[in-house]
Amino acid sequence: MNSRRIWEDVRLVLVAIPVLLWTLIPIYHLFVLSISNEKAMLAGKFWPDEPTLQNYRIVFNQQHYYLNNFWLQMFNSFLVAAAVGTITLFVATLAAFSISRLRTPGGRTIMNLALTTYLIPAAFLAVPMYKAMGTYGLLNSKWALILAMVALASPYAIWVLKQASDKLPAELDEAAVIDGASPLQIFRLVYLPLMAPSMVAIGVYALLLAWNEYLYAFLLLSSEKEITLAVALGQFLGADDSPWNILMATGMIYALPPMAIYYIFRKYMVSGLTAGAVKS
Amino acid sequence: MTAATATFSPVDQPVTRSWYNDPMKLWGVLMLVPYGLVFLILVTYPVLYGIYIGLKPQSYVELFRDPAFLVAAWNTVLFLVIGVNLKFLLALALSGFFMAQRAWVRVVLVLFLLPWAMPSIPTILSVRFLLNPEWGLINAQLFNWFQIDGPNWLNDPTLAFGSAIFMHIWKSLPFWTLILITGRMAIAKDLYEAADVDGASSWQQFRYITWPSLAALYVTSTILSIIWTLGDFNSVYLLTGGGPGDRTHVLATLGIRYLRIDKLDLGIAAIITAMPFVLPLVFVMVKRLSRGPQDEA
Repeated sequence: MNSRRIWEDVRLVLVAIPVLLWTLIPIYHLFVLSISNEKAMLAGKFWPDEPTLQNYRIVFNQQHYYLNNFWLQMFNSFLVAAAVGTITLFVATLAAFSISRLRTPGGRTIMNLALTTYLIPAAFLAVPMYKAMGTYGLLNSKWALILAMVALASPYAIWVLKQASDKLPAELDEAAVIDGASPLQIFRLVYLPLMAPSMVAIGVYALLLAWNEYLYAFLLLSSEKEITLAVALGQFLGADDSPWNILMATGMIYALPPMAIYYIFRKYMVSGLTAGAVKS
Repeated sequence: MTAATATFSPVDQPVTRSWYNDPMKLWGVLMLVPYGLVFLILVTYPVLYGIYIGLKPQSYVELFRDPAFLVAAWNTVLFLVIGVNLKFLLALALSGFFMAQRAWVRVVLVLFLLPWAMPSIPTILSVRFLLNPEWGLINAQLFNWFQIDGPNWLNDPTLAFGSAIFMHIWKSLPFWTLILITGRMAIAKDLYEAADVDGASSWQQFRYITWPSLAALYVTSTILSIIWTLGDFNSVYLLTGGGPGDRTHVLATLGIRYLRIDKLDLGIAAIITAMPFVLPLVFVMVKRLSRGPQDEA
């Protein structure tokens, strides 16, 4: 028995090592470059001779021409993510309540239309969306990105909230109706408190989706003062002699808020996950 | 729909009132208005506009004459066939690994989920520099250890495209592994205990217990993954930019390429040519997903 367990451990370790290397090398490399000076960056070493925080200082003080608007772009990312999280939650909670609890006629159709939008790859909707935003005169406005991301995030949000809502016992609102509660009162006093955990998961989902978005941000926003941090990162690629170490320091800073949020809320996220499939 | 769901009409009260004087129905309609507006303004209009643009036959003539499109179409097929299958074989195997009852395996799982939890742009750019032929870590170390000049990763169409597939798998593997882990956790433990007592090999346990229970989930996940892999813009665009010489584009990046060179019509036509393949998958999935949580997968 004991030797069998040891043998099993050996086999597990032999799987774990390549898995960890595979997973961590790109992330480790991101970190190592972010603490390398220019010489170390071009030497391709596993660890720089003189690790430095200079790159982070340059980013925070906006001392590179790629980073002249770093703080503003960071703020743009926050603003867009917060707006998308809030608006998606508003739109999706109302729709899920209406479809699942009020059983509004046509709700089923709307649900299926929303699911279709969710499943068609966002990259395919990008070109027509770009054109439509042009017609609406919203190009290069943060509203274009916020609205586009709400359109992309709401379908999954509605679906998850509807699934969660279907599981609430029917007796709850039947009792409330008999007591003479109006739909709004049921929504506020019965539904919202019970749905809070799923709503946290969905709010975080929409927030992260917007923070991480590159394609739509880069299509819809163009001026230095409007773009989000994601687009700013992509702009580093414009030149052949890009300062990769500074880019990676910016990338680390950009990656930290969503990771922190993800780990704080991961319990909610996992329960939201098991409800079905999340957009990867 | 499931019988258990609430209907807001007590049995003794006839539901003949029309929606504007029944508060339940009135509020139900009002609450659908925000999403209805989002859908009309941000989905219906762009899609109809796209279809309108896509109706011009000469776009397709021009499209099929463009070598970049033919390359991208073939690349998309390769990206899907290799990317999705490799990803799911790995996810299937790794989900078995992560079922091991060891505390340290939990820690490995937390680290393994990092690519999924992190935004993709910094990590893709990190790999881009990792593969840099002159300064990147990989070629520098190849030279250090073996005194050989490593390949020019992103300037060779085959290697560049392979790297893009790697990037895609790296980013999406954790998520699908997690899904298959939840699938495995739903299998009753005593089945394995009984099989152990009967002396079944681990292959037999996989073949006769694990696989039959996972198969449906595996298929659903694969379909979903095909659809989303088709839409993976970042892994290709940020790693190779479609280059060298437009040889590594897929349909998701080609639309943007056409937009950049001011050929919007071709971009839309390229997307529409993918629809006969995408829409059936989408409809299958909509049906599966709208069935409700208990009979899903």
